[in-house]
Amino acid sequence: MIEITQCDLLIVGAGPAGLAAATTAAQLGIETLLLDEQQAPGGQIYRSITETPVQNRAILGEDYWHGASLVEPFKQSGAHYQPGATVWAIANHTAPDAAEGFEVGYSVAGQARMLRAKHILLATGAQERPFPIPGWTLPGVMTAGAAQILLKSSGMVAGQRTVLAGCGPLLYLVAWQYLNAGIAVEAILDTTPSGRLTKALPHAWGFLRSPYLAKGLKLLREVKSRVRIIKGVTALEALGEGKLEKVRYTAGGKTETLAIDQLLLHQGVIPNINLAQAAGVEQRWNKLLLCWEPIVDAWGNTNVERLGIAGDGGGIAGALAAENSGRIAAYDVAMQLGVIALGQRDAQSAPARAQLERAIRGREFFDTLYQAPDQFRMPTGDTVVCRCEEITASQVRETVKLGCPGPNQMKSFLRCGMGPCQGRFCSVTVTEMIAQERGVSPEEVGHYRLRFPTKPLTLGELAALPQTDDSRKAVIRMKKPV
Amino acid sequence: MTSMPSAHTAPVIVIGGGLHGSSTALHLARAGVQALVLEKNYIGRHASGVNAGGVRTLSRHLAEVPLSLASREIWLRIEDWVDDDCGFDQNGQMRVAENETDVATLRARQQTMLDHGFTHEEWIESDEICSMIPAITPSIQGGLIVRADGSADPYRTTRAFRFKAQSLGARVIEGVTVLSITRKAGQWRVETDQGVFTTPVLVNCAGAWADKIASQMGEPVPLEPVGPMMLVTTRMPHFLDPVVLGTGRALSFKQRANGTVLIGGGRLAWVDRDRDWSELDFRQLGEGARTVCDLFPHMKDAVVSRGWAGIEASMPDGIPVIGPSSTESDLFHAFGFSAHGFQLGPIVGKITADLITKGETDLPISPFSIARFQ
Repeated sequence: MIEITQCDLLIVGAGPAGLAAATTAAQLGIETLLLDEQQAPGGQIYRSITETPVQNRAILGEDYWHGASLVEPFKQSGAHYQPGATVWAIANHTAPDAAEGFEVGYSVAGQARMLRAKHILLATGAQERPFPIPGWTLPGVMTAGAAQILLKSSGMVAGQRTVLAGCGPLLYLVAWQYLNAGIAVEAILDTTPSGRLTKALPHAWGFLRSPYLAKGLKLLREVKSRVRIIKGVTALEALGEGKLEKVRYTAGGKTETLAIDQLLLHQGVIPNINLAQAAGVEQRWNKLLLCWEPIVDAWGNTNVERLGIAGDGGGIAGALAAENSGRIAAYDVAMQLGVIALGQRDAQSAPARAQLERAIRGREFFDTLYQAPDQFRMPTGDTVVCRCEEITASQVRETVKLGCPGPNQMKSFLRCGMGPCQGRFCSVTVTEMIAQERGVSPEEVGHYRLRFPTKPLTLGELAALPQTDDSRKAVIRMKKPV
Repeated sequence: MTSMPSAHTAPVIVIGGGLHGSSTALHLARAGVQALVLEKNYIGRHASGVNAGGVRTLSRHLAEVPLSLASREIWLRIEDWVDDDCGFDQNGQMRVAENETDVATLRARQQTMLDHGFTHEEWIESDEICSMIPAITPSIQGGLIVRADGSADPYRTTRAFRFKAQSLGARVIEGVTVLSITRKAGQWRVETDQGVFTTPVLVNCAGAWADKIASQMGEPVPLEPVGPMMLVTTRMPHFLDPVVLGTGRALSFKQRANGTVLIGGGRLAWVDRDRDWSELDFRQLGEGARTVCDLFPHMKDAVVSRGWAGIEASMPDGIPVIGPSSTESDLFHAFGFSAHGFQLGPIVGKITADLITKGETDLPISPFSIARFQ
């Protein structure tokens, strides 16, 4: 494929939001490029949709195969597509000749490239909420999402004796897909607190009108009829020497142990905000979903001009909402680029807006029901918080007592969040723990300041970037020998 | 010097809780004067906390050499001063010559230093460099070295100065923004977003924001807020002890004790000081990466995990403003360190404290007078 060096709209991420946005934009005649980290379109939810070896449609389910309906129009739309591309920087103010728009640094197969984009739409999706319990770094413990990706992309399962633990729809979906594929699930350890249903009921009206309701209930019934479900789990521990051997859990005051070789953890998803944050997009703390999310308007616009966000990366709402928010954002970009007028934007996006409204019905109900319990979000004792630097919960808590007020200072005190992942995974945990320890809100504590490069790149890649005159000139006057 | 026992009054108020402000508070506290430090973010938020950590006397501007050498005396006993070793490693700093032009530059520099009676910068031959640092390119032509130089952990250092000052009675308020400064009946009135603070003596250590204070005093300065960019790699096997500086090309390069490699050199980010925001310039970082890969060929496979830039003040002549105000009594400045103030922090705090408590300093500070810009 020819390397694109310039486009009107750059979309990052080929999940539902990115695919739908790219399709809509390209159909409107906008020069659109979609960069995606994976080798094939689909994002996480529709991972490997074009190439999964799991061809029996009953296994992954019709909601998964809906993804195929996004890929075909995308291929026909005329949007450019670069798979295997990792975006590591977005330059706004340092881009030469600002009229050309942003300058974006990305790498494909170990080669760094730069391109110019007048508009950027981030469709970076969600990531699983960390699930820091004792032993969660043992081989054999992984996230339910990771297990699902393994299943979708290669039809593989990593263990023989599997237990799923946590809460949220994805936990049961993965169990259902495993069962469909003929893979045994020993048990589901459900951490949803017992009083939650009562708390969620006031939001049930929306849920009753949700498209997810009927499908969700059917799925739950099927899983419950075939798997041992242990409700009200209040403590979890992965045990083993060098690898997972057992899971120990407490439910109803009783502690039990199961011998297993695969523990799949899941307690919901949070927006993947790394690129947005590094680009200067303002964030707020979502008190219900307990995570940072970018502040976006009804069209996906942020405080950074010409940089928008669509899909779960702008706030968790699921795949159908993502796809429609992608379309809506594309119409708005088209208006900003002068391709369509305001009235056309409103009229043409109306069907997507209606679909979006329908897709988000009932979210408050299960967001309340499945809110991850405190003890599984804010660990204590020797449980590892920062996996890269192996920083434990008690180290973090002790450091707060020593006078460390926030995540950025925590980096300097402990190197917490300073390893290869640069805090992309422990950020929310560290913020919440500091807030809990100080008795203030996460909003007040703040988050790690994420910086470019948002994904690691080699010095050799950086050295191979094109040279400019400006880059030689703009060096501070170091006191040179006289 | 006496003071009213009030939370909003202090015998000295220091604006800015970077290393220089914290050091001033420490030296004042040692002299029995309990200063109040007002910091708009948190201690060490900007350049003081995130600089390259160079403890360098090498290649200083001639005017800075006496101060830098005096500061080194404090660095060598840093734990006695602040109860923390500040991560100080005395592994030396060297400026290397990549070609004949660089050699000529460095030879001339060494002669200048000798002419002024300074002997701490020594010539080092290329074979000694190569035996000290086997990973460096064998085409290196020699260099200048100060073996007693080194590096430290900047945030830890700033924090240590702050806590030591507090243990001796200084006070620190973080998250307080100065709005305006006026003077009535010999008292400074510092108006902030948390009320009015009063003091007879004011110290301006406000870094990239210091010109805003100076201009209110009728002595505007051509300060430029800058953000020297840094990159750090993931951990690598140990290959480097001294800090390596470029001569013809901007570079500051060192491996920390934890194995990560820090790459700086003064290439600048775009900064917006009013929003505490900076944006890295990757084309310029590309230049730095080329320099590194030329000098240390194995670094091409090093993985960059993070880049950043701390906002600080740069002056057009590249040296700081240190000393009394030219317009007001009982006002002192220490800012504009132009990307090389970290090593000077321990001594500049002492100079300012001496000026306040004794009315004089035994170090030559006239080249740093703010009057040079009037």
